[in-house]
Amino acid sequence: MRRDIFQAIADPTRRAIIALIALQAMTPNAIAEHFDTTRQGVSKHLRILTECELIKQEHKGREIYYQLEIDKMKEIDKWIEQFRKIWESRFDRLEDLLAQLKNRKNEQ
Amino acid sequence: MNNDLLFDFSVDKENKTVYMTREFNAGLDLVWEAWTTAELLDKWWGPKPYVTKTKIMDFEDGGRRFFAMVSPEGQERWFIQKFSAISPKTHFKTYNTFADADENPELPGSEWDYKFSEQNGKTKVSITIYNESLDRMERMVEMGAIKGCAVQYDQLEELLAVLKLKV
Repeated sequence: MRRDIFQAIADPTRRAIIALIALQAMTPNAIAEHFDTTRQGVSKHLRILTECELIKQEHKGREIYYQLEIDKMKEIDKWIEQFRKIWESRFDRLEDLLAQLKNRKNEQ
Repeated sequence: MNNDLLFDFSVDKENKTVYMTREFNAGLDLVWEAWTTAELLDKWWGPKPYVTKTKIMDFEDGGRRFFAMVSPEGQERWFIQKFSAISPKTHFKTYNTFADADENPELPGSEWDYKFSEQNGKTKVSITIYNESLDRMERMVEMGAIKGCAVQYDQLEELLAVLKLKV
């Protein structure tokens, strides 16, 4: 199942994890030390973030490190920007239509 | 194009909420009509190069608008907006979903809240979208992908028109 990225970043713990590993790649244990929740709880958040491709695993020796997928974070902003453009264009058309309607009423 | 008119857009990613405010150089009566009448909606909803065709428009609490956005190639994408909390010329809400041509909705959808107010002959429309998903946004944008170019051509055309006047 494809996960919704908004859903992924809607959770405060997941946002804190993103902020944490934005600075440097970290092991699950090191990440868990920053939170009061259980290791399992943190693992679940890491799994969701990985499924959304917001973070990725990297194996270094026997350890797994999690690091941030910067491009994916940028992608969110890209979609939002394009959504904004659709509405901007729609509003401009409405403005043109309103101007036409006003003129028509004035002529009558 | 209308640089003196307000257009605000912001997104609260944490709460999955989108805010938009746009000012129009027209009175409240006309703006309200343009948002609530099928015939007028179809003239501006686009976005270019899409054409919007409203099949059912039942603007009352519990009523709905069932419409398609049609691409230049004739491909149809269907949507449902279910109306509620209508307060004439002031406010209404919609619950928006993608749908198929037989009006089966794809749940969940998103909740839209529209507020209208007039001041000094200009009308402000404020829209808040709750529970928007990036997935839905992506799908909207996919449709609008071609549109990016179309808008630029429009702007070029407008520029050319202005230049013609000056010559």
